[in-house]
Amino acid sequence: MTALAAARVDEKVPAPAPRILVFSTNNISDPGIDLAGSAHLHYSPGVRVISLPCTSGIRPSWILHAVKQGFEGVFIASDGDECAYLPDCAKRASRIVAEAQTLLKAEGLAPQRLKMAAICSVCAENFARHMNQFSEALVALRSTGAN
Amino acid sequence: MSEQPQNRPLAPAAPSARRIGVYVCHCGGNISDYVDVQAVVDAVKDEPGVVVSKHMMFACSDAGQQEMEQDIAASNLDGLVVASCSPKLHVVTFRGVARRAGLNPYEYSQANIREQCSWAHTDDPVGATSKAIGLVRGVIARTRLTEPLEPLVVETTQKALVIGGGISGLRAAVGLADLGIGVFLVEREPEVGGWVGRLGSMYPHERDGRDLIAHLVSEVKKRPAIKVFAGAEVVSKAGSFGNYQVGIRVAADPPETITVAVGSIVVATGFGTYGPAESEFGAGLDGVVTLTEFKELIDATSGSLRYRGKPVRSLAYIYCVGSRQPAGNEYCSRYCCAATAHASIRVSELDPKVRQYHLYRDIRTYGTFELLYTEARKDGAVYVKYPDDAPPVVTMEKSGGLAVTVRDLLSGDEELEIPVDLVVLVTGMVPRKNEDLVGILKLPLGRDGFFNEIHPKLRPVETMVDGVLIAGACQGPKSSAESVASGLAAVTQSASVLKKGVAELDPLVATVDPDKCTWCGKCQDACPYGAIEKLSLNGREVAAISEAGCKGCGGCVPICPEKAIDLRGYTDAQITAMIDGLLQEAMA
Repeated sequence: MTALAAARVDEKVPAPAPRILVFSTNNISDPGIDLAGSAHLHYSPGVRVISLPCTSGIRPSWILHAVKQGFEGVFIASDGDECAYLPDCAKRASRIVAEAQTLLKAEGLAPQRLKMAAICSVCAENFARHMNQFSEALVALRSTGAN
Repeated sequence: MSEQPQNRPLAPAAPSARRIGVYVCHCGGNISDYVDVQAVVDAVKDEPGVVVSKHMMFACSDAGQQEMEQDIAASNLDGLVVASCSPKLHVVTFRGVARRAGLNPYEYSQANIREQCSWAHTDDPVGATSKAIGLVRGVIARTRLTEPLEPLVVETTQKALVIGGGISGLRAAVGLADLGIGVFLVEREPEVGGWVGRLGSMYPHERDGRDLIAHLVSEVKKRPAIKVFAGAEVVSKAGSFGNYQVGIRVAADPPETITVAVGSIVVATGFGTYGPAESEFGAGLDGVVTLTEFKELIDATSGSLRYRGKPVRSLAYIYCVGSRQPAGNEYCSRYCCAATAHASIRVSELDPKVRQYHLYRDIRTYGTFELLYTEARKDGAVYVKYPDDAPPVVTMEKSGGLAVTVRDLLSGDEELEIPVDLVVLVTGMVPRKNEDLVGILKLPLGRDGFFNEIHPKLRPVETMVDGVLIAGACQGPKSSAESVASGLAAVTQSASVLKKGVAELDPLVATVDPDKCTWCGKCQDACPYGAIEKLSLNGREVAAISEAGCKGCGGCVPICPEKAIDLRGYTDAQITAMIDGLLQEAMA
């Protein structure tokens, strides 16, 4: 580590940013998220990404688990219509979201904690904007006292 | 392989039994300027199963790789984690490290702490460091549950598809055929040849473009292994690396679609040229032409230079039209400076008395093209550097002549008004509009709109789609020589796989736990690849997934009501452990 980075680490304590788990896909949305970083577009460091082959492979139970364990929000950066595996990927993804929201509600958790949008391989600005808006929405959710 | 029984979920190994090495890369300063890499190393060094935790200046360097190999042997590591750049760049590199050191390559995992951490949080080093710790812990948690796997080996089709019949595609087709690989060459236009086929003398060797293409076409004709479809388009792609089935709509009356089987696909669809907006630098005025149009003019000229019947005694070249613009194409097309110097020399050959003014922002005549720049100036061409924020203005005089007003930055920033007979707008290359093909091949585009390679230096013609390679100017602006070089690189890359006769695919396919499965058939309905069948096992009906047929999408995983299906590499246990790990970001 450089002296510069060391000095910065010591100088401030960050405000708690909402922790967001992103499910991305290896070939479509993950390159878009990488591109956001390559372009040095800033979004909250509370965002963490798990990359899978395809949006249709997400288990709704993972979303519930993430929220119960402490992620304030889960964002599915979906393949949309660009999925190379499944022509009906968008439809399957919608079903996964619906099932996950049912699970969240059953546990008394706010369904707004789950969000999905299609992120393409060059959707860098789009991704950064979604992260900033979702972070703000989750901060706003704190003040409502929602679980 | 014998250790991996089929249709059984991966059994989690006891975390304490694992021996994992963790390497956190500085990437020069790309990571360590923002992420406290020592803090990351300290935070994870006592994680269960971690026995080595280090940071390295460049994990991908020879020295870095050798150090990891030594550690794997010396500490008997059974898992490897590198926290560095995007896995797209170096998964292959570090799997190679593992393999060379005797560790199964699938015991390796990569944490992306550059593109998805340090670079995205340059404004927040504390947040970036905390996040990096979480990311590395998440990947360690996943790695504790890895198992040795063997790649799936499939036979490959010894044929390739080349899309685009320009200089790059034609040369690639010849190269592939000479290596014994059958080629289907698809060209959208009625004839092959592309841009170069319409050019006369080209820099730097004064080779005639039309002659070059004619020569290549005659070479293609000599090779029966090459089948050319002109006036044809690719309309579908199915299958996977080594065994693609591609639909081609061929010219026929009525149009007909055929399907060809190929092992690899070389995309060489070329470029478009920048079209200036109306009135951009006088575009649309009589006597204002683009570099492409000007090249056609001088190629067709044998005596003195004339434009629409009028003699041309003076001309101005305006550089960087449509290039290096913050609101347009941000990139430099690289070829235009040398092409313009070459055109200038050609004009001087036609008539040394023509006055030529080169109005430029910067000159990029790289390598030996510098000699063209020198020669053009020796011929009397005047180069005038204009400020970035004050580009030249082209006006039509009342007399009907053109005038260019420009500030001469290197001569006291004086304003010059230059009357000229012709203005040449030096326009660059733009990505060709190919939305249908992009959709069919699922190829990622870069920010500039050209096709994206995996890594510009390490994997320059490979794309995110295995077995689909890019060559020539569809990847970004290139000279014809550079296009041919990348076409040949795609040949080598294709041949290195196809000539082996087999391809290795990631074995990250779905598996069924027969003890949990109650055979409801939902997974079979959910698989469009027909990879799932009913099997009778010890008197029970259960699902069985074919390793060869499974594409590894995981679409069947959430469908199973019994949670009996797992995707290797992304098992329920691994993802759950990773979610927990990602949240453990507190520093040690």
